[in-house]
Amino acid sequence: MRVLIIEDDEATAAYIHKGLLEGGHSADTATQGDHGLTMASNDNYHALIVDRMLPVLDGLTLISKLREAGNQTPVLILSALGDVDDRVEGLKAGGDDYLTKPFAFSELLARLEALARRFSAEAQETVLTAGDLVMDLLGREVKRGATVIDLQPREFRLLEYLMRHSNQVVTRTMLLENVWDYNFDPQTNVIDVHISRLRGKIDKHFDTPMLNTVRGAGYILRATKA
Amino acid sequence: MTQQMDSTIQAEIQGLAERYDQEGLQGLSELIAERINRQQATGNSIYLLTTFTLQPLVGNLDRWPKNASINNDWIEFQLEINEQTSETHVARAKIFRLPGKYGLLVGRDIHQLTEAKRRIIQALTWGLAIMVMLAFLGGIVLSRRTVRKIERINQTTQSIMSGDLSRRVPVTDRNDDFDQVADNLNQMLDRIQMLMEDIRRVSDNIAHDLRTPLARLRQHLEEARLEEDPSSKSAMNLEQSIKEADSLLGTFNALLRIARIEAGQVRAGFGDVDFHSLLEDIVEFYEPLIEEKNQTLETTIDANIVSQGDRDLLFQAFANVLENAIKYTPDKGNLSVSLIRLNTELVITIADNGPGIPASERDKVFRRFYRLDQSRSSSGNGLGLSMVSAVVSLHNGSIDLEDNIPGLRTIIRLPMMKKKA
Repeated sequence: MRVLIIEDDEATAAYIHKGLLEGGHSADTATQGDHGLTMASNDNYHALIVDRMLPVLDGLTLISKLREAGNQTPVLILSALGDVDDRVEGLKAGGDDYLTKPFAFSELLARLEALARRFSAEAQETVLTAGDLVMDLLGREVKRGATVIDLQPREFRLLEYLMRHSNQVVTRTMLLENVWDYNFDPQTNVIDVHISRLRGKIDKHFDTPMLNTVRGAGYILRATKA
Repeated sequence: MTQQMDSTIQAEIQGLAERYDQEGLQGLSELIAERINRQQATGNSIYLLTTFTLQPLVGNLDRWPKNASINNDWIEFQLEINEQTSETHVARAKIFRLPGKYGLLVGRDIHQLTEAKRRIIQALTWGLAIMVMLAFLGGIVLSRRTVRKIERINQTTQSIMSGDLSRRVPVTDRNDDFDQVADNLNQMLDRIQMLMEDIRRVSDNIAHDLRTPLARLRQHLEEARLEEDPSSKSAMNLEQSIKEADSLLGTFNALLRIARIEAGQVRAGFGDVDFHSLLEDIVEFYEPLIEEKNQTLETTIDANIVSQGDRDLLFQAFANVLENAIKYTPDKGNLSVSLIRLNTELVITIADNGPGIPASERDKVFRRFYRLDQSRSSSGNGLGLSMVSAVVSLHNGSIDLEDNIPGLRTIIRLPMMKKKA
């Protein structure tokens, strides 16, 4: 994945850059809004990371300009302001996802990969597969191998999201935003309870557990290529 | 007018009496007849000369009026004008005894005079009534205008109090007292807005200045952990440190968020919220946790309740309350969630049969970082209910904590809000 980082704080930019390289991606960095806009327009990146507050041209204006010019590269907005208003503004301006500083790198990477994948897999699938898990989106049926797994509607959505992002870390906030569709901050470990319930259904009678917890980051649905 | 007439009559009698003195009954009779003839056209003078026994001699009155005394006196009597219609006028006359006992009556038909008087009084009464009415109407119009002006100021201040600091009281170009009040209010608001922005800037700066080093700290910890063998003791310590940093950041973010909500700066997130599905979602979200503690949950959620609000913040607020109920109610306890609509109000009640909150502490739990003694050991940052209270007041609602005998009942009331046109 080729990523353009537009961020004026050099420490943060370097941190993201380093993390991306370690994760096997390539990245360029711009420290000014106008430079970032030129680079994003002239090159073909898989995703952009844009800080909201930038010198010369602020992040939101940059995104609006890019969208006006017809550029649909997925954009992850970074911001030190973390309130609903800012989030709404950011998404209205044309951003695809929003992350508040400070963030865990795992969260950033998970979101970035989810964004890039969402844009590459545009075709509407009706059947999802991950390892020996098969999900029929039309028939609302899930099978692992030959065993039919009975899921509640929300568990179905949870598994669907995990399968769409299989072999990729998904964070608790990503699950909250995409499976439950609410942007909020639970004080307890409810998500873990939901995951362990799902795990009980898909992994219980099988030798290899697919749904794993990634400490300090989130969860991953591991699917070995069949 | 009556006085003037009386003196004319008096003078006339004097004249007639003098004529009688000089020329006797004959002269007087001639003079009376002459006067009657002369004034026939206008015809409001009355003359009658009678004998001692009041038998008419000369005059335009056919008989001495009934009930009239024969002393020198003023009388008023009904004067017959038309026998067929029996129309009568009021007449005023003076009776005079001539030497020789002849009776002389000189008077005037005062119908016109009384009519004129009546008209004048009528005109005055109407005039007065109209004046009073005009004054009244004028008063209403003026006071309505005043009330409207005050109302306008009121509306503006209300929307300002609910957080929309950009509103200003409208000023007309009449430059009256109201405009001066409005102008002063606006200047005051400018100043307040400036101060608020200063505060916001300061808190943003604090947020930025403190969060950035914290974020770096977290970054370094994360990098260090990645370099360690995941099973080693130092990796576990680093893991713990990251968690501590996260909770510090979490507290910090929550504080900033509450401050922003309280300042009413988050209204952009407002939209139509389906409270039914919002509460269903919350219940569904926490259901596994409730099941894990073997608690029972009873729900009564009315359908079709849509009002304006920020769904993420409302979810957060109701979730905080329900989370507390689950957390503090022992295993196998009972919980209930209900949503009903009472006229223009939504009432959300979340109750449990846990330990409850002592009455003396109920107001304090909404303070930031306030924790009950028995809950100090449990997880949480002491900001959950402050957040609830901030979100509820952002939606112009109210929150009450009551004794559920036993347990706690949290009642949140929110006014139904329609979408602004």
